[in-house]
Amino acid sequence: MPPVLVIARLTIQESSRRRLLLALLVLTLLVVGFSAWGFNKITTINQSDGTPLPPEQVAFITSQLLIVVTFMFSGVLALSAAVVAGPLISGEVESGLLLSMLARPVRRSEVVIGKWLGLGALVALYAAVAGGAELGAVYWATGYMPPHPVQLLTYVGAEGLILLSLGLLLSTRLSGITAGVIALVAWLVAWIAGVVGDIGAGLQNNALEQVGVVSHLVLPSDGLWRGAIFAMEPDTFIAALKALGTAGRANPFAATDPPPLSFLAWVVVWFAIALGLSVLSFRRREI
Amino acid sequence: MAELAEKTGTAAAAPQEAAAGTTAVKTVELTKRFGKTVALAGLTMTVPRGEVFGFLGPNGAGKTTAVKLLLGLLSPTAGQGWLLGRPLGDLAARRRIGYLPELFRYQYWLSASEVLALHCELAPLPRSSWKDEIRTVLETVGLKDRAHDKVGTFSKGMQQRLGLGAALLGEPELVFLDEPTSALDPIGRHDVREIIRGLASRGTAVFLNSHLLSEVEQVCDRVAVVDHGRVIASGTMDDLLSGTAVRVRVTGLSQADKNTLAEFGSIDDEDENLTFTNLAADRVPELVSAIVSMGGRVYEVAPRHQTLEDRFLQLLEEEEK
Repeated sequence: MPPVLVIARLTIQESSRRRLLLALLVLTLLVVGFSAWGFNKITTINQSDGTPLPPEQVAFITSQLLIVVTFMFSGVLALSAAVVAGPLISGEVESGLLLSMLARPVRRSEVVIGKWLGLGALVALYAAVAGGAELGAVYWATGYMPPHPVQLLTYVGAEGLILLSLGLLLSTRLSGITAGVIALVAWLVAWIAGVVGDIGAGLQNNALEQVGVVSHLVLPSDGLWRGAIFAMEPDTFIAALKALGTAGRANPFAATDPPPLSFLAWVVVWFAIALGLSVLSFRRREI
Repeated sequence: MAELAEKTGTAAAAPQEAAAGTTAVKTVELTKRFGKTVALAGLTMTVPRGEVFGFLGPNGAGKTTAVKLLLGLLSPTAGQGWLLGRPLGDLAARRRIGYLPELFRYQYWLSASEVLALHCELAPLPRSSWKDEIRTVLETVGLKDRAHDKVGTFSKGMQQRLGLGAALLGEPELVFLDEPTSALDPIGRHDVREIIRGLASRGTAVFLNSHLLSEVEQVCDRVAVVDHGRVIASGTMDDLLSGTAVRVRVTGLSQADKNTLAEFGSIDDEDENLTFTNLAADRVPELVSAIVSMGGRVYEVAPRHQTLEDRFLQLLEEEEK
């Protein structure tokens, strides 16, 4: 097996042996279970005349609640990715774990890419399995399925990969805790900058709107989150938002348009740049 | 800072590189600075294949820096080096090298045999040989009964044994051992000496970083003494330990008398025991006569060969002056 895959396998093995996967599995089951119960309660709400809510209202409430739950889920995924990626390189440099491995015929680029692949596979798997379970639970409880479930899970998974890549890049130079904290703060700042951009769009203030654009370029996590929101919104809701004009865009938990293709292309380039910088930085690091 | 080398061995041949082909380790003016601190100042040395080479020095002398430079973990500020005839950082050379770091740490969530299998895979060794390789090194380092235990349950000494085992996988041509007995008890230290002798007997070059001089003296063919990043002496044991030392147990001498006796050689003054290093055997009667003439009362005169420790301390003392 090539060294890059050996390192990837080792990263997955470590997460499994250190019970990270088990902890995430248990937490996910708990969250999915509770949210299924909560979503089921929506179907029991009655109108003032005692009749049940019509299906379109159940779908609307469910879609809005699902956006909030997914926001929390994507936050947990981003947080987990940042915290795990932060010490991915620096922790092993500081402990001396990498000394004997790097004395083998292993390129540093293989270590960086191998770790990214291993943790990236876990992030993608977690997004698919946990997100899929949540959507399944919501469907079971309310009969509602978001219009674009595959895109939703892809965007949420990609957001986790963004944080993983940022944490890994920082980890080639900074201590684990510093890298993790910076990645988390950057994620929050990017989200807030996205909200500012939305408000700017709503108020038709170009300067504020540019804050959102720049933040989406520097750290595309919020742009991907907007894509996830769009994938969860029923068409009727999107039409209603659009009818509001620019004011309809001034909402951090709503999206009137899917992410443009140019942005998605930039996300691919961003990943390449982040990984390239990580390799370059680690190759120059003295151990 | 220069990018750390990961070469594939296609560098143009140079005369020094050609000469390096017959050696295990060769360096020319290898230098490393961290900011204003000089960690290694122009190290030039050659370690022939099959030789056990001791690299000695006090803490902070630059020993570990030298090993890390040789293994491509650090990039040199200046100078050149070759391992097994290949430039530093060459991946092909690393296939034939074993390394036990001073800071030995292995995946605590793997078992001992899994750690060794990981190193077999990275080395890389043919998969068909892993089982035998792992069994052999576990027996060699005395961990046969702990093969399937998690590294997290190991004592420091056992982890160092495991690291030594990893360094021995695949019968490397050159093994770097950086303070290999720092966590070991006397039995373990004896075992390591035997392992080093075994490596030497099959023609493996050993680069032994240590400040445990008695060990170095017992196993090394040649040594280099490094201090403040510079090699202050090097050669075979016979070259370095040419002088004899004489210990005299004496009372009744003043400090002025002792100062006068310094003409007989460097004096190590410990209460009643005066040790004269580098004193030729035929001057011993003259020394005793001088002590007696000063009014000193001599109880014992014990000539002995200079140990590496004597020589090491002497070299560092001279360096301080």
